[in-house]
Amino acid sequence: MTQLNDKKQPALSIKNLTKVYDNSFQALKGIDLDVAQGDFFALLGPNGAGKSTTIGIICSLVRKTSGSVTIFGHDIDEDFSTAKQYVGVVPQEFNFNQFEKPIDILVAQAGYFGIVASVALERAEKYLKQLGLWERRNDLSRNLSGGMKRRLMIARALIHEPKLLVLDEPTAGVDIELRRSMWEFLQEINKQGTTIILTTHYLEEAESLCRNIAIIDHGTIVKNTSIKALLKQLNRETFIFDTREELTDCPVIADYPTILVDGHSIEVEVLKTQSINEVFVALSEQKIDVISMRNKSNRLEELFFDMVEKNLSAKNEVQGDE
Amino acid sequence: MNNYQKWVAFDTILRRELRRFMRIWPQTLLPPVITIVLYFVIFGQLIGERIGTMSGLPYIQFVAPGLIMMSVITNSYSNVVSSFFGSKFQRNIEELLVSPTPNWIILLGYVAGGMCRGLGVGAIVTLLSLYFADFSIHSLPITIAIVFMTSLMFSLAGLINAIFAANFDDISIIPTFVLTPLTYLGGVFYSIDLLSEFWRNLSMINPVLYMVNAFRYGIAGITDINIFWSFGMVGLFSLVLFFSALRLLENGSRLRN
Repeated sequence: MTQLNDKKQPALSIKNLTKVYDNSFQALKGIDLDVAQGDFFALLGPNGAGKSTTIGIICSLVRKTSGSVTIFGHDIDEDFSTAKQYVGVVPQEFNFNQFEKPIDILVAQAGYFGIVASVALERAEKYLKQLGLWERRNDLSRNLSGGMKRRLMIARALIHEPKLLVLDEPTAGVDIELRRSMWEFLQEINKQGTTIILTTHYLEEAESLCRNIAIIDHGTIVKNTSIKALLKQLNRETFIFDTREELTDCPVIADYPTILVDGHSIEVEVLKTQSINEVFVALSEQKIDVISMRNKSNRLEELFFDMVEKNLSAKNEVQGDE
Repeated sequence: MNNYQKWVAFDTILRRELRRFMRIWPQTLLPPVITIVLYFVIFGQLIGERIGTMSGLPYIQFVAPGLIMMSVITNSYSNVVSSFFGSKFQRNIEELLVSPTPNWIILLGYVAGGMCRGLGVGAIVTLLSLYFADFSIHSLPITIAIVFMTSLMFSLAGLINAIFAANFDDISIIPTFVLTPLTYLGGVFYSIDLLSEFWRNLSMINPVLYMVNAFRYGIAGITDINIFWSFGMVGLFSLVLFFSALRLLENGSRLRN
């Protein structure tokens, strides 16, 4: 088995990575990315931004055009065997043989990493139990529900006990209860030392699970920072206030742009320098009872759209200049 | 990966292949057996009795080695092509591609699986043929060597077909339009001495002819062509196919991206 390297060594280091597909589409335009050991890292971006291509290159399913990728200090070209031992991947789409049993899928996957069947069976039992699949271990995997299939892919990715787990939208199409149990499971294995890289479209997932984040758009990294630092950049939030009485006109609150959404709710924009208390006071003075309040959208979502839109505008300007 | 881990990976691929074709035995083992029995009944007994002898042998004894070889060829080929393409289609080939298993182990694993089915069906057909024809083995080493090499060669060819295939049509085109004509024109049912010079010379570029004749020599002691040529040609074809398949896997052609 391979040895864990120096703690200062990044779990993943990507330098000037590019990918041009056969149809000349440039999916990655020279990205640089470091993920520290033990991190829970989010890679976000709109569809077609380059997330899956990046993940594909990390786990050798996509050939890079140029640049380098090292995993715990092992270059994926020069030392592919060791580098692969460190990585477990959960792809976006189901990619197991639907006519095999979960237990056979896991034991075979372990075998491909050189793990003998007796050890593989012990680990398969451990992960299938942890992920609530043990009772279904001998069913044909095509008969599993969508959520079970996703969990099976997580168990399969963990069977060789990788130090870096890469998950490409692992909770897509999974109901909220199951999603939360998967979050707990991932947080637990992260606590035990596994570095996790996650792509997701659920930004609240990234906000509640991850410590650091990179936003990728049109093949370039537009932001790479900690979630905390990123959220600090948010200078305004939009809140929705639900009212007891039906409103016919939109209440006017000085310095707070307000929109009447429907008869029982209003949308209020609050700058970071302002206070929500003032909104409550103003509404109270107008005899409007507030029965509940919530964020219009996830805070990270607002930033995400902001950055992606800025990136798009910048690109359009450059194209216009050309 | 150390050598033991590589062995574990190879063993895993092979076991998975064995499990696959044993699980679907009504699709993989039964049809070739029924087909070959029909060949024996129709060509060997019903028509064969009217044909008389071929190259000095009763027709059923002449045709039996060719039929055994035909079953080895088609089953070795179709096992690898359908299994590997099935893995590509369902994308579970990615389980292997993300692992540290070297490409040559992947190649050997799939080819060994194809050979197990090809040789297994060949063994069943051989046992069945004993019911229809009496024959003794002229040279056991030659018989075993040529049947192994043939199975190896067509398993490799099946792998290459599967790597290139983009859809299910692509895995039936080669067996239908290349493999079947080569097999039927490869001296299974007749001696090439019956052909005119032009067609005899043309037959010499058919690799199946060399295999069938070498196998017939191993069993019955007769051949239309030089036995060393047969082994040389099969060996050469196998080497070319092995390195071609390995190169395709190394390049990741139609697998990675």
